[in-house]
Amino acid sequence: MANIISDETIEYVGILAKLELTGEEKEQAKKDVGRMLDYIDRLKELDTSEEEPMSHVFPVQNVFREDKVTNGDDSENILRNAPLQKDGMFVVPKTFH
Amino acid sequence: MAKEYETVIGLEVHVELATKTKIFCGCSTEFGGKPNSHTCPVCTGMPGALPVLNKKVLEHAVAVGLATNCRITRYCKFDRKNYFYPDNPQNYQISQLYLPICRDGYVEIDMETDLPAGWLPGAERALAGADVRKRIRIHEIHMEEDAGKMLHDEREDCTLVDYNRSGVPLIEIVSEPDMRSAEEVIAWLEKLRLIIRYLGASDCKLQEGSMRADVNLSVREAGTETWGTRTEMKNLNSFHAISRAIENERSRQIDLLESGQAVVQETRRWDDAEGRSYPMRSKEDARDYRYFPDPDLAPVSISDAFLAEIRLRQPEFRTEKMKRYRACYGIPDKDIGLITGSRHMADLFEAAVELGGQPKKVSNWLIGETLRLLREKELDAEDIRFSPENLVKLIALTEKKEINSTVAKEVFETMFEEDIDPEKYVEEQGMKMVSDKEALQRTVEEVMGANPGSVQDYRNGKERAIGFLVGQTMKAMKGKADPVQVNAILKKLL
Amino acid sequence: MKLLSLSAVELGRAIRTGRTTAVDAMQAVLDRVEETEEHYHCYITLDKEKTLAGARRVQRKIEAGELAGPLAGVPMAVKDNLCTEGMLTTCASRILGNFIPAYSAEAVEMLEAAGAVIVGKTNMDEFAMGSTTETSAYGCTRNPRGTEHVPGGSSGGSAAAVAAEECFFALGSDTGGSIRQPASHCGVVGMKPTYGTVSRFGLVAYASSLDQIGPLCKNVEDCAAVLETIVSGRKEDGEDPIRDTTLMRREDTDFTSALKQDVKGMRIGIPKAYIGEGLDGEVRRSILNAAELLKREGACVEEFDLGLAEYAVPAYYTIAAAEASSNLERFDGVKYGFRAQDAQELHQMYKRTRSQGFGAEVKRRIMLGSFVLSSGYYDAYYLKALRVKAMIKKAFDEAFEKYDCILGPVAPTAAPRLGESLQDPLKMYLGDIYTISVNLAGLPAISLPCGTDRQGLPIGLQLIGDCFQEKKLLQTAYTYEMAYKEA
Repeated sequence: MANIISDETIEYVGILAKLELTGEEKEQAKKDVGRMLDYIDRLKELDTSEEEPMSHVFPVQNVFREDKVTNGDDSENILRNAPLQKDGMFVVPKTFH
Repeated sequence: MAKEYETVIGLEVHVELATKTKIFCGCSTEFGGKPNSHTCPVCTGMPGALPVLNKKVLEHAVAVGLATNCRITRYCKFDRKNYFYPDNPQNYQISQLYLPICRDGYVEIDMETDLPAGWLPGAERALAGADVRKRIRIHEIHMEEDAGKMLHDEREDCTLVDYNRSGVPLIEIVSEPDMRSAEEVIAWLEKLRLIIRYLGASDCKLQEGSMRADVNLSVREAGTETWGTRTEMKNLNSFHAISRAIENERSRQIDLLESGQAVVQETRRWDDAEGRSYPMRSKEDARDYRYFPDPDLAPVSISDAFLAEIRLRQPEFRTEKMKRYRACYGIPDKDIGLITGSRHMADLFEAAVELGGQPKKVSNWLIGETLRLLREKELDAEDIRFSPENLVKLIALTEKKEINSTVAKEVFETMFEEDIDPEKYVEEQGMKMVSDKEALQRTVEEVMGANPGSVQDYRNGKERAIGFLVGQTMKAMKGKADPVQVNAILKKLL
Repeated sequence: MKLLSLSAVELGRAIRTGRTTAVDAMQAVLDRVEETEEHYHCYITLDKEKTLAGARRVQRKIEAGELAGPLAGVPMAVKDNLCTEGMLTTCASRILGNFIPAYSAEAVEMLEAAGAVIVGKTNMDEFAMGSTTETSAYGCTRNPRGTEHVPGGSSGGSAAAVAAEECFFALGSDTGGSIRQPASHCGVVGMKPTYGTVSRFGLVAYASSLDQIGPLCKNVEDCAAVLETIVSGRKEDGEDPIRDTTLMRREDTDFTSALKQDVKGMRIGIPKAYIGEGLDGEVRRSILNAAELLKREGACVEEFDLGLAEYAVPAYYTIAAAEASSNLERFDGVKYGFRAQDAQELHQMYKRTRSQGFGAEVKRRIMLGSFVLSSGYYDAYYLKALRVKAMIKKAFDEAFEKYDCILGPVAPTAAPRLGESLQDPLKMYLGDIYTISVNLAGLPAISLPCGTDRQGLPIGLQLIGDCFQEKKLLQTAYTYEMAYKEA
């Protein structure tokens, strides 16, 4: 495997992606990500210096809304699926210290 | 000898745009309302919801860009900024990194005219030595969405999230590190605020958060070319907080350097009550935002016609307005400066003059009583609610001597609060001056009879005593008399 | 009349002409479900009472003359990554195990407005990540054509439900082959329209720039009818507000008018790389037979070099994983779905919720996606992949200057055995080699049965059209279908 993924990298990606892996999962993830990167590295065989990165496949442009209020109070529906709510708001572990 | 340090400051200014709806959905941007009552699947990050850009946001952003001498990016896109936080329902913020809507602009400041009225701290120091006029460059302006609001629930020791503000449109104006003092920062912000308010693109209220400035600050030894390590200061809710935070951070960094320590590149939160700042992030915040073009939003292409339309709609800005006022209205520069300090006030002035108000008289009401009441009530010129019609009517009432100046001020205060029609009000409240000479003379005689001592004083040559008698007469008339007339009658009788 | 063996369009006609009713059709489907669902497990969510009530409501409207379209009264299945108002929508994930949307996907709304009635929500690979429907948190689906085999994926439940006659047609989504490949494995017809044809509003995004909703049906005619119903295009000003800004303005959307048995003079190209190394012999034979058949119908068929085929898979997995890592950030235990109960601190809550809520394949792609977007790797991996995507699009543009259609296999083999694929993710990814470049280039493509292997498992033929050329594609597919039936 050309791409060796370190423990630090997996730890770092875990912070970015908010995933907590067990020791075994971590080892597997190191292997999987490494193998995928080896495979993706095949793209380097191509000279793409002349190409613009294509984020949108078709040139659709300028699709706008008018500045008109179309939505009313839908808080009941918005909160319906909340795992935890209080006073019409979503509850999360404290963020203030 | 102690080393000399230079402070290097750049700003990131967030401005909430004055639209009726959010940037990517049809929810209202109105302040207040019960929690989560201005939300929908889009601005709460529900599965499968997709954003659609509000055209007005683009118009405002381009207008601000043009007014701040920016290049408008003719093909721009939105990017996702990925980070987890509960106020950010998708856990990515839709923003612009790679192709922001505006780039490479500037706003010029003039330290003599651009500091806010009544701004004192350090102003003299800033004026001494430094350039009076200075061009502060803008690196870029981008469009993005605001986050929701989080409240701490004391009783259950948790955080509550309300997404009413989530998706409110913002522009972020990023300056180059061209500022060197708190005063330059304040002057620049004030100038920026004036421009944006003139455009009607935002009300730019720092206290309410519709304008927020983050300060990037570093220090370096005077005369050196390399940049020092900078910190980013957040939670600055007033010009005073900004100024204090800058002074504080400058000293903190210099102290670190002087004691041989390094400045850490970090984001800090200003605590204005304590007068100090704290580092904000933990190790869970990698600050690696993984920006990439948002595949859910079609790119924006700005046509010549669109640009021309926005250009056509640009208002007359302060500098041009000041020139025109000098040429047209014959009022002092000081008045012009104060009136044009707010587009709303300038509009009011022009409308009142248009309606026949004499320019200096209109100006006097605006820069006198109006500004006094605004200050007293901690309001802003944009909050003025009385109409030019009513102001002109009030001026006419005083000119016709139907009310005296004391009554006029009283009427004005009510007008300031409720925009009443002064003619009707004066009539209804029976505030018109008594012009019946006989009635006036009777009252004067009564006052003289009740105050023989003062009458004697005057006759003995103590001319000042007449003032007291005029005052007493006015009081007896409940203010509804012309003091000049009272004075004349008194002199005659004495 | 054997209701269940009718096509969707035939059933619609029978209902309209009073030969049967929407309620009888739904009852027949539910009886069928009762009988076979425990073997196949096509659905995650079924609600018989609601379903029958829906059928009764539609029948009344048909009788009142309010509904007269071809799909009025026809029972349909909906992939579980399409939001359905008031009905559980899980994406086959634990993290959305209790999510009941208050809105429906635009495509579902349009079908319901046309009188189609939802039978239930079909099983799939978790968040559409997989090719076998085995990554579902709610158990695997078995292939009705061979129950020891997978139905393919990710729209495996939808394909299996059509094949098992547990519905008359189904909606799926296709990000890298997720409609076409299970259609191929289950012996049904599946179509991925041009990107931007069907509104993605209400489709839980996997990779937004590649996702597209499409039909899985019993035949080509049904596909055309369903597509005609769900095509959005961009509405003219003043009409309903736009909800998906990546939609294309379309005019030629009368897809059913293209159902003509005629390919005379049609130029069809077969990419050499699509029938070369890596392709199972029996599949190759079936594909080449199909090409022969079209030739006999008057098409000009030839092989050609379509460049870059081998780079599509790595480019796809880079782009799809990157977008997925961002699209799936919203599943955090705050607003809906599963939340881990054992966390005190915010980031701990995020991590535990997501680690317990997502399955292994989803986590694998999120990790990869976060990595390729992370500081220092964005240019080398993500931008590089977007550049390769541009090259692949160009290669197709060149091909379509010469050909009206491209013909090839859907998958390298017929349906693998259950449990065989998951051991080696990379090998599973390579199974998408013939379908993936279509998504990168935004093209329309259709998969239709063209034979069986010696185990009796279906083999699918893939026809790829130029962008916006759905009608040409449907005409070719319809011609093949007719000729194949005759042969």
